[in-house]
Amino acid sequence: MAVVETRNLTKVFKEGELGAVNDVNLATEEGEFLVFLGPSGSGKTTLLRMVAGLETPTSGEILIGGRVVNGLTPRERRIAMVFQSYALYPHLTVYKNIAFPLKAQKVPRDQHRKKVEWAAGLLGIGRLLERKPRELSGGERQRVALARAIVREPAVFLLDEPLSNLDAKLRASAREELEQFHKSIGTTTIYVTHDQVEAMAMGDRVVVMDKGRVRQIGTPAEVYDEPADTFVATFLGSPPMNLVPGAGGITGFRPEHFQPARVAAVPDSVAMRLTFSHEEYLGAERMLYGTLADGPSAGAKVVSRIASTHAGLFTKGATYDFAVEKRHLKVFDPATGARKT
Amino acid sequence: MRRGALRRIGARALHVFVLVFFVVALAFPFFWMLIATFKRNIDLYTVENNPFLFNMPPTLEHLRFLFAETRFVRWLGNTALVGVLVVAITLLLSVPAAYALARLAGRWGERLGIAIFLTYLIPPTLLFIPLSRVVALLGLQDSIFSVVVVYPTMTVPFSVWLLMAFFKSIPKELEDAAMVDGLTRFGAFLKMVVPISVSGILTVVIFTFTLVTQEFVYALTFISPESNQMVGVGIPIFLVRGDVYYWGSLMAACLVASLPIAVVYNLFLDRFIAGFTVGSVK
Amino acid sequence: MLLPAVLYILALVGLPLVLAVFYAFSDARIGSTSIHWVGLENFRSILESPSFRKAIRNSVVFTVSAQVIVIVCSTILSIALEKPFRGRGIVRFLILLPWVAPVSLGTIGWKWILDSIYSVITWVLVALHVYKPYSAPMWLGEPHLAMASVVLVHCWRLIPFSTVIVLAGLSAIPKEVPEAAAIDGAGFWRTLFQINIPMMAPILSVAILFGTVFTFTDMTVVYILTAGGPFDSTQTLPSLAFATGIAGSDLAAGAAISLFLVPVLVGVAYLMLRVAHRAEVT
Repeated sequence: MAVVETRNLTKVFKEGELGAVNDVNLATEEGEFLVFLGPSGSGKTTLLRMVAGLETPTSGEILIGGRVVNGLTPRERRIAMVFQSYALYPHLTVYKNIAFPLKAQKVPRDQHRKKVEWAAGLLGIGRLLERKPRELSGGERQRVALARAIVREPAVFLLDEPLSNLDAKLRASAREELEQFHKSIGTTTIYVTHDQVEAMAMGDRVVVMDKGRVRQIGTPAEVYDEPADTFVATFLGSPPMNLVPGAGGITGFRPEHFQPARVAAVPDSVAMRLTFSHEEYLGAERMLYGTLADGPSAGAKVVSRIASTHAGLFTKGATYDFAVEKRHLKVFDPATGARKT
Repeated sequence: MRRGALRRIGARALHVFVLVFFVVALAFPFFWMLIATFKRNIDLYTVENNPFLFNMPPTLEHLRFLFAETRFVRWLGNTALVGVLVVAITLLLSVPAAYALARLAGRWGERLGIAIFLTYLIPPTLLFIPLSRVVALLGLQDSIFSVVVVYPTMTVPFSVWLLMAFFKSIPKELEDAAMVDGLTRFGAFLKMVVPISVSGILTVVIFTFTLVTQEFVYALTFISPESNQMVGVGIPIFLVRGDVYYWGSLMAACLVASLPIAVVYNLFLDRFIAGFTVGSVK
Repeated sequence: MLLPAVLYILALVGLPLVLAVFYAFSDARIGSTSIHWVGLENFRSILESPSFRKAIRNSVVFTVSAQVIVIVCSTILSIALEKPFRGRGIVRFLILLPWVAPVSLGTIGWKWILDSIYSVITWVLVALHVYKPYSAPMWLGEPHLAMASVVLVHCWRLIPFSTVIVLAGLSAIPKEVPEAAAIDGAGFWRTLFQINIPMMAPILSVAILFGTVFTFTDMTVVYILTAGGPFDSTQTLPSLAFATGIAGSDLAAGAAISLFLVPVLVGVAYLMLRVAHRAEVT
C-alpha cells in the first residue's frame, strides 16, 4: 500500500498548445479510493497513464510510496492497471492471463496455481479458469482483468473507466462489486471516470478536472455541497446547478433546493417567483422548468426538482412562489467562476 | 537512471542498424543498375577498377542504344496496350460478378467467393502447358492477344475477391433508398455503388496493370517473335545476343522499366494490404 | 452478372486444368497432332529421372528455407518500421522495390551482381583480402552457391511483401495489450514472443502461405538466374516442367511434372481456409 503523489505535473503533447495535463498537485491517502472525474479531454486518463508510466511527463514529478518514479518503467513501479477495454490476452486462457504477471516477474512456477486460485476466488471466477476471453461476457472479462491486477499484490491500483464498456443494467451491480472488492483488499486505488454518479458513489475523495487542470479535490459531499467554481458546480448534479446572473456575481442553487414556497414561510430563505414552462415526470421525482419572473435575474432559465409526493398542478405561463434557503445559495465570481461564498 | 539512458541509446542504434541493413540489402540492386546504366563499357568490364566509382566520365551510350537500336520502345508499347486491354476485360468480368456475389444471400455467396479466390492459387506454371495448346487452337500463337485473353485468369479471381469485400461493406439500404427514389436496380448500382467503390476499382486497375508488367511464364510461352513481346520477357531474352550480355543496356532497360511501376505501386500500397488481409483476417 | 466471370474461369482455368491431367497421361508433343493414352508411363519415367528427383528436392528446400528467412527478416523489419520516424516514407519506397519491380528484371540485376567475373561481391571480398584476385568462387557456377543464390533472390523479393503484411498485423494489435503486458512486468522480448507474435499468428500464416505459393510455383528466377544449372542443381519443379514441356517439346512429360505442384497447392488452400475460418470465430 502506498501513497501516490504528483508535484507540478504537466504533459504537453504538441508544442505551443495547451497541455493535456497542467500543473497538477495531488496526493492520495493510504488505502483510499480516489476518483479522477471530468469530461473527455480533461486530462484524467493522461494523468493516470503518467502515474502508470505509460506516458512520460513533460515536467513535474510523480512519487509512489515516497520515492520519485519518473524514470522507472511501469514494471518497476509495482502498480497494476485495468484498462477500459480490459486488454486481456486473447490467445491465453483465463488462468494463463492471471498467471502472466507472475511469470513475467519470475515467480517460481509452483506458486502460480495457489496465487491464481486466490485471485480468482476473490472475484468469483474460479470456474472460468480454462476459458478464453472471447468466450466470456463483459462482466466476467472485467473480473478477469481485476484478478490479473490483484494477483501481484500491487501497491497501487489504477482503473481507467472500467465500467463504461458494460451495459447500463450491469453497471450498477458491477459498481457494487468493485466497491466490495476495494473494501476487502484495501489497496490505494485511483479510478478514472466521466460519470459523476460513479464518482460520488464510489469515491472517498474526488479530483474534479477540466482542460488539464484540477478544479477541486474533496469528498463527494464537499464537491457537491461546496463546489469551488462554476465548473464543479455544474458538472456534479443532474440536472446541474441553476446559475443565474445577479447582483454581486453569479448566484447558484441546486434544483432540489429550489422548492415551491410553503404556506408557513421557512426562515432565512429567499423568495423567487417562477414562470412555469413545462414539466418532466420521472416517477419518483418531477422536474419543473421555467424562468424567473422578477428580480435582477428575471428571464433566466431555472429547474426545480420536487418529490412526486408533492401533488401540485402547474399551468404553463402562470407564475408561482418558490424559495431557496439562504444557506443553499452560492455566489460565484462572474469573471473567474470561483466561488465567493 | 544511467542504465535506462544507455539502454535507450543502444536500442536506437540497433533500430538504425536494422533499417540501414535492410534498405541497403533490398535497394542495392537498383542502385547498382543505376550505376551500370551510366558507366562506360571499358570501365564496366575492367575487373581492377573500383565498381563503386565512375573511373571514367559517365555515358549515355547505353540509354541511346536501348532506345534507338533495340525494340525496347516497342516492348513498352506492347506492355501498355496489353495492360489497358486486360484492365478493361478484368473490370468487365469482375465488377458484376463481385456485385452479384456480395448481394447473394446465404452461404452460397460465401462459398462461391471462396472458390473463385482459390482459383487464384492455381499458378501459371501448372496451366501454361495446356494453355499453350488452347492458345494455338484459337490461332493466337505469337500474337499479343494471346496474353490479353489469358491474363484475366490471374486478375479476375483476386479482383472479384477484393471487390466483393468492398461491395459487402456498402449498406444495402443505400441502393434500396435509390430504388425507392425511382432508379432501377441497375441504375442504383451505377449511381450509388460504383462511385463509392472507386477506391476498390482503382486498386483492381493498379493490381491488374502491375501483374501484366510482372508476368513472365505465359508471355515467354505464347509469344516468340521479338516485336510482339513485352517488357518483362523482352529484356532478359532479347537483349542478350547469343551468350553475350550487354550489361550496360540491360541494366538501363531494367531501371527504366521498373521505376515508374514502382512509383505507381507505392502510391497504392495501402489498398493492396487491405486486399490481401481483408479476407483472411477480419 | 456472375455468369461471364464464371464461364471465363471455367473455360480458361478449369479446362486447362483438366487438359493438364489428360496430357500427363498421354504422349502429346509440340508439333505432333496425334495423341495417345499411355497410362502411367510418363510418371514412371520422370520418377526415375535424377533431374526430377533433384527438382522436387530443390523445390521443397528452396521454399522452406526461403520462408524461414523471410518470416524472421520481415518480423524484425516490421518491428523497426512500426513507429513513425522521419523519412519512413522513403524507407518504405526503397524497401518495396524488390517486390514491385518485375520479377525478371530484378533477377537480371542480381545476375549482374553475381556474375562470375564482374561481380561486385567478388570485388568487395577481394578488396577485403578474403579472396585472392581471380580465385573467388563462381556464385552461379558452383552448385551449392547457385542454390543459395536462388534462395537469396527469392528472399530478396519476398521480404518486402511479407513485411507489409506483418506490419498490418502488428498495427492491428490494440495498443493497450502490450501496455498491459508492460505493466504486468514483461520486458521487450517476453512481450514480443509471448504476446505480440501469438496474436499475429493468423496474419503470419497468411504471409507464409502466400510466400510458399510464390516460391514453390515460380520458374522465372531459376530460368533467368541459372537456367536450372549447373547440372540441374537449381532445377525446380516449375522450371523443369518448362524445360521439358516447352523447350524440350515433350508436352506430356512437362504436364506430368507440373502436376506435382498440386498436392502442395491443395495443402496451402486448405490451411488458408482454416486460418480464415479461425479468424472469423474470434
